[in-house]
Amino acid sequence: MEINELMFVIIGAVIILFSIFTVTSRRILRAAAFLLFVLVATAGLYFWLEYQFLAAVQITLYAGGIVVLIIFSILLTSNVGEKIDKVETKKVIFSALAAIAGAILCITTILQQQFQATDALAQEVNMKVIGKSLLNYGENGYALPFEVISVLLLAAMVAAIVIAKKSKTS
Amino acid sequence: MAFSIYDLTSFNQWVDKGLNSVMSPLWATITEMAIIGVVFLLFYAVVGLFLVYAERKICGFIQCRVGPNRVGPYGIFQTIADFIKLLMKELVPINKADKFLFNLAPFIIIIASMMALAAIPFAKGIHAIDFNIGIFYILAVSSMGVIGILLAGWSSNNKYSLIGAMRSGAQIVSYELSVGLSILTACIMFGSLQLSTIVESQADCWLIFRGHLPAFIAFLIYMIAATAETNRGPFDLAEAESELTAGFHTEYSGIKFAFFFLAEYMNMFLVASIAATIFWGGWMPLHIGHWTGFNMVMDFIPPAVWYLGKTAVIIWLMMWFKWTFPRLRIDQLLTLEWKYLLPINLLNILVMALVVLMGWHF
Repeated sequence: MEINELMFVIIGAVIILFSIFTVTSRRILRAAAFLLFVLVATAGLYFWLEYQFLAAVQITLYAGGIVVLIIFSILLTSNVGEKIDKVETKKVIFSALAAIAGAILCITTILQQQFQATDALAQEVNMKVIGKSLLNYGENGYALPFEVISVLLLAAMVAAIVIAKKSKTS
Repeated sequence: MAFSIYDLTSFNQWVDKGLNSVMSPLWATITEMAIIGVVFLLFYAVVGLFLVYAERKICGFIQCRVGPNRVGPYGIFQTIADFIKLLMKELVPINKADKFLFNLAPFIIIIASMMALAAIPFAKGIHAIDFNIGIFYILAVSSMGVIGILLAGWSSNNKYSLIGAMRSGAQIVSYELSVGLSILTACIMFGSLQLSTIVESQADCWLIFRGHLPAFIAFLIYMIAATAETNRGPFDLAEAESELTAGFHTEYSGIKFAFFFLAEYMNMFLVASIAATIFWGGWMPLHIGHWTGFNMVMDFIPPAVWYLGKTAVIIWLMMWFKWTFPRLRIDQLLTLEWKYLLPINLLNILVMALVVLMGWHF
C-alpha cells in the first residue's frame, strides 16, 4: 500500500469512528470532544490533499471557534455527572433508518459519478490569489458574499451588545 | 559531502538519500517521520526543563534571592530532580470527575503546541513544515490549546477549576484577536505568510527596524497579547494561585500536572519564537545596509545561535514582565484588550498599510 492511501484510510477511519461516537455518546461534553476530533481529522484530510489554506481555515473556524463556543455553552449549562436520558427504541430505529437512507443516497450518487484522475500536480494556492479573489467583483470574485457576511457579522455583534448591555432602569 | 552549520539543507538531503538507498520509499518516509518526531519531543523536553530553571533563577534574581542552588553547580540539575519527583508521584484519581476528558485534556494542550512548533524555522534547513500559509497555520493550531484548558476545568468537577477555565476561555479568545491583528500588521510588510519567505525578506534589515513606528507598536501589542495568550503573569488569572488555588489544573497531580506545566513553558517558547521570527528576523543575522565587514562578522555566527539568542531575549523580557507587574482583575484584563489594544491595533494596520503603500520604509 502506498503511504498516501494509508494516510487516507487512517484519516477516514478516524472521521467515521468519531462521528459515530459523537452521536452515540450520552455525555454531552464528551460528544463535543469527539466532534472536535472529527473536525480536526477533516482538516487532516485537507492537509492530505495539500490544500493547506482550507485546512487552516477548518481548524481556526471549527476547532478553534465553533467547538470552543459549544464547549463554553456546555460549561455554563451542565454538570459533570449529567447524562442525557436514553432515547426510546422507536426513535433510535427511525433515526438509524433515516441516517442509513441518507448514507445510501449519498454513496450511490457518488458512485454514479465517473471520477477521472488528472496527472497535474497539486499546486499550492497562493495567499495573494485568495486575497485578491475575495475582494474581486469581476469574474471569479467573491466580493458580494464577503460583504454580505460582513453585514451579517455586524448585525450579530450589535445584537450581542444589545443583549449583554445593562438596562438603565435596573 | 561537506556540511556546514550555516546551511543544513545538504545534511537533510544526505539523510534522505541515505535512508532511501537502504529501504523502500514507504519505510524511508515513516523512518523520517519518526526521526523528526523524536527530535521534536527531545527538543520539547529539553526546552521545558531549561525554561523552568531559567524562570526560577530569573525570579530569584528579580526578588533578590539566590534561586535553586543545591542540586549541581548553580542548581542546574534542580529541574531534572523535580521532573523525576513528578514522574514518581501518585496520580490521584478523582472520584466524580469525567475520567476520559480529564485524561484527554493535557494531551490536547500538548498536541496544539507541538503542532505549532513544527512550523517554526529554527535555522536554514531546519524547518519541519514550510507551508504557504505558515503563520496562519500556527495561529490556527495554537488556538486549539484553549479547548484543553476548558475541558480540564470542566471535567475536574471542581468550582475553582471551572472558574479558572472560564476566565482563561474569555481571556484567550479575546487576546487571540490582538495576536492575529498584530501579526497581520507585520505581514502587510512581507506580503507573504510563508515563514521561510518572511525570514529571507529580512536579510537586509529586521522588520522592527524596517517598519519604523507601526512595526514597533505591532511588536509591543504582540508581546502583551501573547503573554496573555500563554496565561502568564500578569495575566495568569486562569491559575491565580492566591484566588483559585491553581485554576484549571487544581485536580491534576504527578505527570499530568507536569504536562500542563511543560505546555505552559512550551507555549511561552512558541510565542517568543514567533515574535523573534516575525519581528526580529528569525535566524537571519543582523545586517546593516552596506556595512559589508560588519555583515560578514555577523554572518559568522551560526543561524541557530541567532535564533535561540533572539528567542531567549524575548523569553527573558516575558519573565521580567511577569515578575514585575501585579496580576490584573478580569474586568481590567478585558478592558485592556477591547478598549485599548484592539482600536490601537486597527489604527496601526492602517498606518502600516500607508507606510507600505507610500514606500516609507527601508
